Amino acid sequence: MGSGDTFGMPIAHAVASGMNGLRAAGDLVARLEMAKGMRLTEAKRTVAEALGVGVADLADPLVMHEVRGELRLGRVFELETTYPHDPSPQEAKAAIRQLLGLPER
Amino acid sequence: MEPRIVTRQGDGSAVELTRSEIRSELEEGTRAAAARARAPELGAGELDHLLDIFASSARFSAVDIGDEVVLSFDGSGTPQQGSRVDALLQYEQCLAADTCELFHIDYSFKAVKTIVGSEQQAMKEAQERVTIPVHYGAQPDLGRYSHPDGPCGNWSELLPAMRIDEARLAQEQAVDLAVKDMVHVAAELYEAGADGINFDTAGAAGDADFLAALLAVERLRAKYPAMGIMVGMASEVVLGTHGRLEYRGTRLAGLKPEGQCRVVQDAGATIYGPAITVNTSRTVAWNVARALTFMKPCMDVARIPVHANVGMGVGGVPMNAFSPVDAVSRCSRACVDILKVDGL
Repeated sequence: MGSGDTFGMPIAHAVASGMNGLRAAGDLVARLEMAKGMRLTEAKRTVAEALGVGVADLADPLVMHEVRGELRLGRVFELETTYPHDPSPQEAKAAIRQLLGLPER
Repeated sequence: MEPRIVTRQGDGSAVELTRSEIRSELEEGTRAAAARARAPELGAGELDHLLDIFASSARFSAVDIGDEVVLSFDGSGTPQQGSRVDALLQYEQCLAADTCELFHIDYSFKAVKTIVGSEQQAMKEAQERVTIPVHYGAQPDLGRYSHPDGPCGNWSELLPAMRIDEARLAQEQAVDLAVKDMVHVAAELYEAGADGINFDTAGAAGDADFLAALLAVERLRAKYPAMGIMVGMASEVVLGTHGRLEYRGTRLAGLKPEGQCRVVQDAGATIYGPAITVNTSRTVAWNVARALTFMKPCMDVARIPVHANVGMGVGGVPMNAFSPVDAVSRCSRACVDILKVDGL
């Protein structure tokens, strides 16, 4: 990506082509690309299989919000929809590592 | 008379063109890149698709549902967002980033070396607060090792004076120092919890700069098998400021995205980022066609994910800190639709 103001760059790209990060499963697919050098198609398929969802669901915030909550993978919250019993980032990342077969840090 | 459509120049300013004129811009852009890169021009179907994207009067353009790609954001955060780590959390919680990046404003491994302990502490805090992957990013920035900022001779002064051998020696000395610094800083940040290291604008100071990044990647990969390593390039062609440097038998000077991708993945990186600079006096349509033509050959040789650089002034995105979203979204979509990139 690169420099530029927040509206013009990250927001524009995220809406145009992004996988929605923690709103869906973008961070999970990213972890396989980063840690294993896995190409996108294989990474999407691997994450979908691990989660028990379809590849088409991976960028869907409604589907993934539920799945992330059930599997305790961390998720976004907002003013009126809070999750005080959700895992901390450290707990969520441990669950993600186990789910995706990533090595302990 | 053909209706006129609002589109953009490479500096972001609005300009009105007809559909036929936009078509000409796309054709000229791909032709210019094909001649420079010695790569095939975009096909008729690809140009037709780009024409549909750029001749649309819609304010925004986006990929089809299901075609989304990973977005690896470098330089995540601006002062309005609070602290650096606050900004990373906002990228995660409010901006739907797939990854984010902790960075120091003096975006250079050499500069960070002197404050690496503070950067480790910031990374530790980031890892405690953020769930999405966090890169640590900086530039190889080889020029910092030359006089007056560093101990080596200044090849930018030696070369115009035709002191070629001295210029080459200075760059070779700088490579040795830069590799040590990059390996040290990257290792420290990884030990502090970073999910990956981003070598940003590799090759900015030419082939020696690129070699330093590759050697650092090689050493880090040997030490840390699971480290995420992203190498983002500075431009479409590696400048031959040395001219004779090779990596595993490949001459680095003159490498274009296909060759860059080959050596980056051979060194052990897990993500490669091609960067094609923008000509501000041409249209975004011309620049996007040129960028896609330059980048397309690397998609065929890539064994690792390719994240096209589409930040300010690269990949067709206007050279403006406040780019209009009509232009940015078209560049974003075009890269995904035409190249089938693994990320941006």
